[in-house]
Amino acid sequence: MMISRIFADQQKSQEGLSAEAIKTLRKQKIGAFFRYVILILCGAVMLYPLVWMFSAAFKPNYEIFTSLSLWPSEFSMDGFINGWQTGTEYTFGRFFWNTFMYVIPKVILTVISSVIVAYGFARFEIPYKKFWFVTLIATILLPSSVLLIPQYLMFREMGMLDSYLPLYLPMAFATQGFFVFMLIQFLRGLPTDMEEAAMIDGCNSFQLLIYIIVPILRPAIISVALFQFMWSVNDFLGPLIYISSVEKYPIALALKLSIDVTEGAQWNEILAMSSIAIVPSIVVFLMSQKYFVEGITAGGVKG
Amino acid sequence: MSKVTLEKVAKVYSNGFKAVHDIDLEIQDGEFMVMIGPSGCAKSTTLRMLAGLETISGGNVRIGKDVVNNLAPKDRGIAMVFQNYALYPHMTVRENLGFGLKLAKVPADQIEKQVDEAAEMLELTPLMDRLPRQLSGGQAQRVAVGRAIVKRPNVFLFDEPLSNLDAKLRASMRVRISDLHKQLKSSNRSATTVYVTHDQTEAMTMGDRICVMKEGVIMQVDTPANLYKYPKNLFVAGFIGAPEMNMIDASFFELADGSLNVEFGEFGLCLGASKSEKIKKKAITSDITLGIRPEFIHLADEHSAKDQLVKGTIVRMENMGSEFYVYFSVGSQELCARIQTSIVEEKLLNTESKEQLFYFDMAQSHAFDRKTEENISL
Repeated sequence: MMISRIFADQQKSQEGLSAEAIKTLRKQKIGAFFRYVILILCGAVMLYPLVWMFSAAFKPNYEIFTSLSLWPSEFSMDGFINGWQTGTEYTFGRFFWNTFMYVIPKVILTVISSVIVAYGFARFEIPYKKFWFVTLIATILLPSSVLLIPQYLMFREMGMLDSYLPLYLPMAFATQGFFVFMLIQFLRGLPTDMEEAAMIDGCNSFQLLIYIIVPILRPAIISVALFQFMWSVNDFLGPLIYISSVEKYPIALALKLSIDVTEGAQWNEILAMSSIAIVPSIVVFLMSQKYFVEGITAGGVKG
Repeated sequence: MSKVTLEKVAKVYSNGFKAVHDIDLEIQDGEFMVMIGPSGCAKSTTLRMLAGLETISGGNVRIGKDVVNNLAPKDRGIAMVFQNYALYPHMTVRENLGFGLKLAKVPADQIEKQVDEAAEMLELTPLMDRLPRQLSGGQAQRVAVGRAIVKRPNVFLFDEPLSNLDAKLRASMRVRISDLHKQLKSSNRSATTVYVTHDQTEAMTMGDRICVMKEGVIMQVDTPANLYKYPKNLFVAGFIGAPEMNMIDASFFELADGSLNVEFGEFGLCLGASKSEKIKKKAITSDITLGIRPEFIHLADEHSAKDQLVKGTIVRMENMGSEFYVYFSVGSQELCARIQTSIVEEKLLNTESKEQLFYFDMAQSHAFDRKTEENISL
């Protein structure tokens, strides 16, 4: 859009320009052409695996690794139909349902707890605030696998194994420092005048959070929710450790399941289900794309 | 009653920096008090302590008869207008105006009545359903003022409300706020106002009284006219008035008739008998700073008293339309005179000579003790 407008402007103004200026314009056009060719090539290289996955989902199993063509020679929906039935007693729909059973509480708890903690850090005087903040940052740097064993033991003692609680319960305590950090940065960039005005208007700290901060933080909150949604849907290790019965398997484990059960994996089924599995993330992303981009840029640069 | 009293109010920050030094100030019921000073003089801090947005380190703040030191901002009966409007971006103008009342659990029909009334006062009625980002700066500031009026507070606080507006809008908003204040006062509503600004024009035109501050200390509190005519010290004299008052390092000695002669460089200027008497009573040393406003320096003519003339070299002239600012040097000092355009055209523009005789109207001059910086000629 921008580029075409620039070109249009250039053409409009070309009349009455000196030979020198026309030469410069032509050079710019050629430059732009090469830039776009390179960008498109890079884009194609990155998108190729995804496109290959989609196309392979429609291929019969024997064709997948024998032909380079993206277009199936024999168009077949078998991958989708059989994949959906799965090799277990449940359909793939069950696994979708299971995924949302822990992803949605996880997202909601993350948002609520992170906003509250970030609000505290950004706006209140807490004794040793610097120390706590550094601790928070340190938890971001800590590899999550370090905590696996102690956490597993803890949840075992609490009798929560083979349920979704270990997956989302920790989120109620703002354990993901990255989100808290992101929201703190966003809040720091916001002028406090609005909050002061609201205090004079009669808000207490809690009303301030609900009526003023949360609406203003909306883009950042949406980013947090989106990140958490995508990461959780993709999470493999968590469910693998805590969920043991197949009826509770989320998508990530179910896909692995199809590879395990038969020796010669039905790749078209697996790829078909993988294609379906990324749909929720894509849909959610597209719905909130505007706020998402606003949120990550606003959080980092300014309020 | 909504008199505001500051008694020995101090502000010390946690790093030990003392921003406000035990200030005393009494703002009468219905008065429009302007606080002015250079940036960093703690005028905003003082206002914020009054609002309850900043803790008070010492002394008492009273609104009416009650000490409000430890009251939350919402319980002080105040409303505040901020420099960058501070409107709630996600609420429409109507919601912005009614938010305070909604929190106070005022019935909906009452809220609507009060909001509509304020909107009418400020001509906001056609904008009621817009969001703040759809408003121009002037409109946004009107909404901010409206939000204050809706609450019917005892005291209005303004924190440099016009600084973000362009010059023309600023002038019209100035008049509007002044009118609003008069209107509230005449309709017997509380209208006590504290208005912080760094703009002298705002201070001089809007204030019933002006409080001039410097580094957390009140330098003088008085009406605009008195502040201009009788500045108590060097700071106020230099701060109020544009172009600035001319300040000349000088010393004086007594003439045979008892009046004083102010000397600087090769020039001697005779102070009148009455000024001399006052100075003699207060002066400790003979080292003074002579202050004289540019409008009291004229081009000399044949009627000018001979003992009040100074020869200067014109450095540059600024044409202001109806008058000229004529800058001239005397020795190493540069002084400024405000001279009517007709006189400049007649006497200065037609002559090659840069050297001119200037007449100093010494009856209008001030003498400041160079050490204490107090005005010793009052």
